[in-house]
Amino acid sequence: MSLNSKAAPVSFRNVTKIYGKDVVAVDDINLEIEAGKLVTLLGPSGCGKTTTLRMIAGLEMASRGSIHIGDRDVTLLPATDRDVSMVFQSYALFPHMTVMENVSYGLGFSGFDKAETKDRAAQGLDLVGLRGFGDRLPSELSGGQQQRVAVARALVLEPQVLLFDEPLSNLDAKLRRQVREEIREIQQNLGLTVVYVTHDQEEALAVSDDIVVMRNAGIAQIGTPRELYDAPADRFVADFIGEANIIPCEIIAIRDDMASIRVGAFEHALPARGLQAGPALLAVRPTRLKIGASDGMDMTIAKATYVGSRMEYTLEAAFGQIFAISENVDAPLEVGSEITVGLDEIGPVLLPVDVTG
Amino acid sequence: MRELTSEKTTHPVLLFWIIAGWVGFFLLPWYGVEAFFSFEWMVDGYPFDPDYAPAGFLVAQGEKLWLAPMVLALIAPLAVLRKRKIDPIYAKMLILAGAFGFGWMILQGFAIGIRGWNFEWATALFGDLGDRQYGMGYGALICASAFLFLLTQGIAARGAINGDVFVVSAIGGVIVIVTAFVFFPIAKMLTAAFITDEGGYSVGVFLSKFFDDRLWGLGCLSGGRCGAAWNSLFLAVLVGFITTVLGLIFALVVTRSGFRYKRALRALTVLPIITPPFVIGLALILLFGLSGSVTVFFADVFGVQPTRWLYGLPGVLIAQTLAFTPIAFLVLIGVVEGVSPSMEEAAQTLRASKWQVFKTVSLPLMRPGLANAFLLGFIESMADFGNPLVLGGNFDVLSTEIFFAIVGAQYDQGKAAVLAMVLLCFTLGAFYAQRFWLGKKSYTTVSGKGDSGVHPHMPRALSVPVLVIAMIWAGFTAVVYVMIFYGSVVELWGVNNTLTFKHYVTAFSFRFEDGGIRWSGAAWDSFWTTLKIAGIAAPLTAIVGLITAYLLTRQSFAGKNAFEFGTMLSFAIPGTVIGVSYILAFNVPPIEITGTGIILVVSFIFRNMPVGVRAGIASMSQLDKSLDESSLTLGANSWQTFRRIILPLLRPAILAALVYSFVRAMTAISAVIFLVSAEYDMATSYIIGRVENNDYGLAIAYSTTLIFVMLSVVALMQVIVGRTEIGRRMTQSRSNV
Ligand SMILES: Nc1ncnc2c1ncn2[C@@H]1O[C@H](COP(=O)(O)OP(=O)(O)O)[C@@H](O)[C@H]1O
Ligand SMILES: [Mg+2]
Repeated sequence: MSLNSKAAPVSFRNVTKIYGKDVVAVDDINLEIEAGKLVTLLGPSGCGKTTTLRMIAGLEMASRGSIHIGDRDVTLLPATDRDVSMVFQSYALFPHMTVMENVSYGLGFSGFDKAETKDRAAQGLDLVGLRGFGDRLPSELSGGQQQRVAVARALVLEPQVLLFDEPLSNLDAKLRRQVREEIREIQQNLGLTVVYVTHDQEEALAVSDDIVVMRNAGIAQIGTPRELYDAPADRFVADFIGEANIIPCEIIAIRDDMASIRVGAFEHALPARGLQAGPALLAVRPTRLKIGASDGMDMTIAKATYVGSRMEYTLEAAFGQIFAISENVDAPLEVGSEITVGLDEIGPVLLPVDVTG
Repeated sequence: MRELTSEKTTHPVLLFWIIAGWVGFFLLPWYGVEAFFSFEWMVDGYPFDPDYAPAGFLVAQGEKLWLAPMVLALIAPLAVLRKRKIDPIYAKMLILAGAFGFGWMILQGFAIGIRGWNFEWATALFGDLGDRQYGMGYGALICASAFLFLLTQGIAARGAINGDVFVVSAIGGVIVIVTAFVFFPIAKMLTAAFITDEGGYSVGVFLSKFFDDRLWGLGCLSGGRCGAAWNSLFLAVLVGFITTVLGLIFALVVTRSGFRYKRALRALTVLPIITPPFVIGLALILLFGLSGSVTVFFADVFGVQPTRWLYGLPGVLIAQTLAFTPIAFLVLIGVVEGVSPSMEEAAQTLRASKWQVFKTVSLPLMRPGLANAFLLGFIESMADFGNPLVLGGNFDVLSTEIFFAIVGAQYDQGKAAVLAMVLLCFTLGAFYAQRFWLGKKSYTTVSGKGDSGVHPHMPRALSVPVLVIAMIWAGFTAVVYVMIFYGSVVELWGVNNTLTFKHYVTAFSFRFEDGGIRWSGAAWDSFWTTLKIAGIAAPLTAIVGLITAYLLTRQSFAGKNAFEFGTMLSFAIPGTVIGVSYILAFNVPPIEITGTGIILVVSFIFRNMPVGVRAGIASMSQLDKSLDESSLTLGANSWQTFRRIILPLLRPAILAALVYSFVRAMTAISAVIFLVSAEYDMATSYIIGRVENNDYGLAIAYSTTLIFVMLSVVALMQVIVGRTEIGRRMTQSRSNV
């Protein structure tokens, strides 16, 4: 016998959550989470991530709409009756129980007999690398170890969905990378459905199959890390996922889904992404600027910083400042020098002019 | 650049204590003057009259020559005044001078008393002294403090606790006062239990008093009367258990139910705390006594013959339960609220039903609170004196037996000491049992940031009975209080029910006379004394309690556990025991304060200090230590940190400690009854005196007044200290309903 997964998909249909009378924490969202995937809810603080997660857990009830897990409508089921477990931000380990008792806790309510419970709990601890720690109290563990106990406690129930609320936020920087890789590995090995909340875009890019970017109680964009990075839907996403320079531009012509744009005197062609001629925004990652290209925008170097592996430049242009990174550390450019900056073939994308955010 | 303290050659603190020592020795009267706060001695023969003379004058006149060596300890520190702190001679000199001065002080204080040498072997060795001395006065007190703090400065200079003078001095100070006012009297009492009528020591005396049938008899098992020890134990266990359960019920209603009138319920449960405990006993008599309203009602309607069922175990049990449930509630509410909501949510997501969550997570996490509440109820019941006196009937308990041993015709100090020892053994036993039950497990939530959420409501199977019990109890409490008020305005209960303010007039009348007010009411004397004593004791209690809490939570030093145990010990010592031990310890030099107001103040400080400590610890452990540390790195020393950072953040704890110690000082009876004197009579002992004379009307009117006074004082303190409340979460969210 080994730990398996009963991974199931989750689906939100027009779900709204209102706290009290008028605090709208989640506003009419639709969301499909595939079975066996790790999906991240990413967004700035207060945008409704935790609330969404807690609605999956059954710790908050949706004010409107319906939630399905597998083929079951769970909208009205309380946490106890859902087949979902959660790893809390504070871990929420029971301080009066040993590690073993903590991990066995849920099994006891799930109809396993004593031997099986023990067996499974031991396997859970094995899986997170804590074999032999069963008799300790949570207070006798380090932060990272407590975290793993919390994961093991949730895992052993073989939940349909496993939830993580900012699981790395109480760990120090060095541990974060390691723990997030472990979580990802376990998820992939067992084929779990995991919903993972974070406000750290790097963390999200690193662990996710899909990322749901949230903003102001709604969903801004859903996609794979690559899609979000390379083709953000709007300025908010472009800015939130990685850094992007937003440059106002003018689409002068569209031909075969290719747009010709103009920034000042500089002209360039790139995929139109369904935009029409007229004003638009150009999003360019700092690494996708060609400093010193023959054809480009005129700029002045306002600031140059050497950070070891690369040079970071702040450039002054007619439309404002932008930020660029250059791999060329051997011949840095002087502050004050005038240069032309071109665009890479792939990377820069067109965005509609802001309506929101 | 900050000046490095290790390089400084001026030491203002050192200078201060040296001067204090000189003033104490050469300027102030060395021995105790009649009234501590009166300054008559200044014009009455000072400085040459031996009663009022400073030690320096006595020695110069060739009297009390045993005081002379202390001069050495006063001169020595001057030698290092200009030395740097890191100079080894600095520390060595201060330690020597301080230790010698303090040690000599204690030695001579205990060796020489009002009859010369206190010990026969000393007489044998040195011959008859031909002189005598009385209790310590201002001079001796200040001189002793100076020696103590010279010593602690020396210890600090040697590098103890990072050379922190404030912390070392605070530790030294607390140890000395706790030793002097907790351990010393208890030790004295223990020896008193072995003293024979002739003044010798004998184990036989102790054993004969200890195995008295009135103490351990088991007659009640066969229809007779049981010994006071068994009665007390049985009663205390019952009271501890019932008050804990009721306290938990109230705490659950307030924190985990949708009950609407939580504030009213809270107010109602707090009322008994500001009520002198025996007043509830009186109200029960008005309700269920032979001519009580309920009794009369049943007699009229159902023809039930009135009985004296109330007098004895049932009455005392009901009265104590009413009186002490709020204490359990106050202990439990913090614990019940303190259980992190994510614990309970985590359990829910792990498939535990609400009932299982409550049973396996919430309740076990409340265990320390339950244990504390039980212990408190147990100790309060053991120490309670008023209710058994009023309602006990033939049900003898230790506290009343002790009282009658001391004040009754028997006047048997030895017996009182033995009884007090039994009482102390019970409470210390309970104290240990509690620690044992809690074991080494951890109940504090280990968590970083990010706790939010709300407590789930109780499972329905639990909430219905809980609400019903809470309502019944609240109703009963309300009726009792209405009775108290009503009882104060009737002529003579059960005999003549006409309304009258007669009792208030008797107690609190005043006249304008000769351009002033004449307080002609019978109660004024004890009323003013009570206010004064409580008003002095409350801030002192808060200070000692908070400093101790600061040391316990913020500093680490060798022997910290023993220190904590020592300071919390007086928590387990019933007031009755404190009372007996104080009169045994403090009616002879070196500390001779029986019959003064000081002994009352001191007894209140050490009776109530554990609560100040607890309140302080609770709120200090919530303040992040990085706050102090950042203040320390910013150049403040630990005293400045304590004053500028910790204290302002501790307002709620200060308020709690102030209010609690004030209220306790106003309502206490068990220790007070032994310590009052004609001059310093307290409200509670005065009222008990009225009750013994069957003057219920006056007693109840006085008690009602006290309740209102305390209400307004509590409100006033709230305003003065200001309120800081840190709410943790918003409204109860829908999911948990
Ligand atoms: N129990 C609650 N009562 C009222 N408002 C709440 C409650 N919990 C969260 N909110 C509000 O809902 C919004 C979303 O909160 P949350 O889901 O915790 O955000 P995130 O996890 O993305 O930081 C916030 O504005 C927050 O203030
Ligand atoms: Mg959150």
